[in-house]
Amino acid sequence: MLRFTLQRLLTGIPALLVLVALAFFLIRAAPGGPFDTERQLSPEIEANLRRAYHLDEPLPLQFARYLGNLARGDFGPSFQYRDFTVTELIGAGFPVSLRVGGLAMLLAVLVGVAAGAFAALRQNRFADHAVMAAAMTGISIPNFVMAPLLVLGVAVGLGWLPAGGYGDGGWRHLLLPVVTLALPQIAYLARLTRASMIEVLRSPYIRTARAQGLPPRTIILRHALKPALLPVVSYLGPATAALITGSVVIEQIFGLPGIGRFFVNGALNRDYTLVMGVVVFYGALILAFNFLVDLVYGFLDPRIRHDT
Amino acid sequence: MSAPLLAVEGLDVEFATPAGTVHAVRGLGFALQPGETLGIVGESGSGKSQAMLALLGLLAANGRAQGRALFEGADLLALDEPALERVRGSRIAMVFQDPMTSLNPYLAVGRQMGLVLAAHRGVSGAAARRECAAALEAVGIPEPAHRLGRYPHELSGGMRQRVMIATALLCRPALLIADEPTTALDVTVQSQILALMQELRTRYGTAIVLITHDLAVVAGVADRILVMQQGACREEGPAEAIFRTPQHPYTRALLAAVPRLDRPATPLPPPRVQGGAPLLAAEALRVEFPVTEGRLAGRRRRLRAVADVSFALAPGEILGVVGESGCGKSTLGRALLALVPVAGGRVSFLGRDLTALAHAELQALRRDLQVVFQDPLASLDPRMTVRDIVAEPLDTFEPRLDEAMRTNRVAEMLTRVGLDPSHMNRYPHQFSGGQCQRVAIARALIMRPRVVVCDEAVSALDVSVRAQILRLLLELRRLLDLSLVFIGHDLAVIRQVSQRVMVMYLGRVMEIAPAEELFGAPRHPYTRALLAAAPLPDPALERGRLRAGLPGEPPSPLAPPSGCVFRTRCVWALARCAEQVPPLVRDGAGEVACLRAGEI
Repeated sequence: MLRFTLQRLLTGIPALLVLVALAFFLIRAAPGGPFDTERQLSPEIEANLRRAYHLDEPLPLQFARYLGNLARGDFGPSFQYRDFTVTELIGAGFPVSLRVGGLAMLLAVLVGVAAGAFAALRQNRFADHAVMAAAMTGISIPNFVMAPLLVLGVAVGLGWLPAGGYGDGGWRHLLLPVVTLALPQIAYLARLTRASMIEVLRSPYIRTARAQGLPPRTIILRHALKPALLPVVSYLGPATAALITGSVVIEQIFGLPGIGRFFVNGALNRDYTLVMGVVVFYGALILAFNFLVDLVYGFLDPRIRHDT
Repeated sequence: MSAPLLAVEGLDVEFATPAGTVHAVRGLGFALQPGETLGIVGESGSGKSQAMLALLGLLAANGRAQGRALFEGADLLALDEPALERVRGSRIAMVFQDPMTSLNPYLAVGRQMGLVLAAHRGVSGAAARRECAAALEAVGIPEPAHRLGRYPHELSGGMRQRVMIATALLCRPALLIADEPTTALDVTVQSQILALMQELRTRYGTAIVLITHDLAVVAGVADRILVMQQGACREEGPAEAIFRTPQHPYTRALLAAVPRLDRPATPLPPPRVQGGAPLLAAEALRVEFPVTEGRLAGRRRRLRAVADVSFALAPGEILGVVGESGCGKSTLGRALLALVPVAGGRVSFLGRDLTALAHAELQALRRDLQVVFQDPLASLDPRMTVRDIVAEPLDTFEPRLDEAMRTNRVAEMLTRVGLDPSHMNRYPHQFSGGQCQRVAIARALIMRPRVVVCDEAVSALDVSVRAQILRLLLELRRLLDLSLVFIGHDLAVIRQVSQRVMVMYLGRVMEIAPAEELFGAPRHPYTRALLAAAPLPDPALERGRLRAGLPGEPPSPLAPPSGCVFRTRCVWALARCAEQVPPLVRDGAGEVACLRAGEI
């Protein structure tokens, strides 16, 4: 177990390094720079700025310097939000993003799995078709379309909820972004759960359980649910990635002060350090989450326990 | 005679399929007395399993059953689902063929058993655990309390089937339906399970319906036998009568198709060319596979699948290779065809070392070395027509052949293996299992190879089809001057087709001898045990036999015993057997690897 953890942590480092390198060179390959503003800066000032931030050095040296700082946990100063370090910005935005993303994930798993299992038990009947049609719709509508639609309907039309802003972080401000973020995941998880549940219900050991005279409830909850959830669990890793990318858009639309907004603004303004910081932070988060999923997977499937 | 426990009348089972209604069972009727054992025998598709599933309301969603099935005063076919649930697992229990897939791999054994106790008798907690442990003990599982926390994959095949039986008997059912309970097991384990079922029946007075395709399996245990074909009962009667004086032509045909282990085979016609240098030879052949235990962080170990195997195949010879699953016989077959890397020793074909050849040279030799696998449908590409499948070797070795010639060659080959050449544009799924195996044989033989390895080539086939395919292979072997390596687990089949037989255990050769010698006077203790375990299709012989049987199951090939690998299950083993690997030494017309071969 300990060995498995160590091994996974070690294999995570090269993955993260590749990510850092890609992000580092890609953002610098993009046209423009962090100090391009509408007001033309005098060449001396710009040169001074570039020197202050070491942007005048050759790229490999900059990269080495960045890696060195990163190893010490220093993401560097933001070019855009002067007087703030990237670490401070992430520290300010992450609680908001975590709250929205975490709630969306919870909602997606609860509703998606329940809807999928429900559809599987009523396979090819009306309820099944209804759930699957709804799921297909949910997958097909991108969240940047869904968000304005919900805002128009629920916030502007009915006036029940605020159209944007974080306010005090209460449920009234969170409901719409969380639902928007969760909807495609609910839809995907419902389809996934349905398919895997149907497959499990066809397996010989479920026939055995039926031959043992177990009531349907016991068969579903005790025999079928655990194996049916395995594909769902393995999807949770990619699901986090999807929620994070989704939140970048959602936070912008709903005006939430999460990391996503810093990320978008950072990219638009060529705020190299801020973009890098968010990429590395989210990259590490996704790696960590996939590792967690593997652990849970091993717990669910006795055949791939990581002890010995 | 007392009232029957189960009386089935006019049972019909139908399945609604897109292609129309399929009648799986037609007008089946039989009566079963309490404590009686009824063997239901039939080939695949005869409706034997579906009839029993129908009684318990376990048909697939598109299935429908009609008729009457009186069991303990109620008509099973008229019961609603909750009432049926009370019967299933409690009054009538069922055991299925493959204990690996029939047990839930995600639940510990004790939990699966506990659910049954909780559902039918409301027993849970420590009391349930005690009862489950007692049930495991009753089916001969050592350290039962410890096994409750084990998962199915941690148990051997035989242990799993014991767990299935223990679970079935938890509620002391009046009737146990066993659907091919030993088909997935090795012959030594099969004899253990059959003996166990006999013993439990005596102890608890449980009536048993034993569904099987294998007449030899029911011969010793069934009081009465019912023969099914195409959904209908062809003949029913006491076991002795069915075997001694079968009335129905189908029963007679079935009995005639069963190969007999206890009788000398009809002598094989001699090959047209005899003698000469060995065609194919193995010298101290060793095959190993790296195994990682645990998914990512496991220890890497080497599994020795084949160890020190030497033999030579003469032109025109048929060499049988037998052993239980995991003995390395299939790996040996693949090594002979240079399909797996060899860790040591050599394989030579006509004196050329296959292990030292360059890829292109080996490729050229492959036209002489062909193979037929076990599962006919799985070894044919479902997206290719039979014409393309059979012509594939032609495309490789004679790429310049024009289309008309290619079609001619395929048609000629299909006729040879008894298929209608006008069907060559069909796909494999449009053929039966036997026909698919004929296609596989046609593909193997179209280049006129010198050697064909048949790896369990008839094991997946029904008895009557198997007899046809064996006849075909023997005929073609003479016609085309083939040499065969015939790998199998069924001793009776091996006896019928082989001139020489090699017995393997944990990767090593235990004994190699001319077939009649090996089966008539086996020398190695393992050969003897195998022969003793195999059931015979004769009730009188089966009942009179003393089932000494071989205890336990083969040890893991990852940790083979020191010295003689068989010693842990051998009744003649001495201390020195643990110290020295017995060499294969000449004994009579054969060779034996046993330190005590001379004494026993």
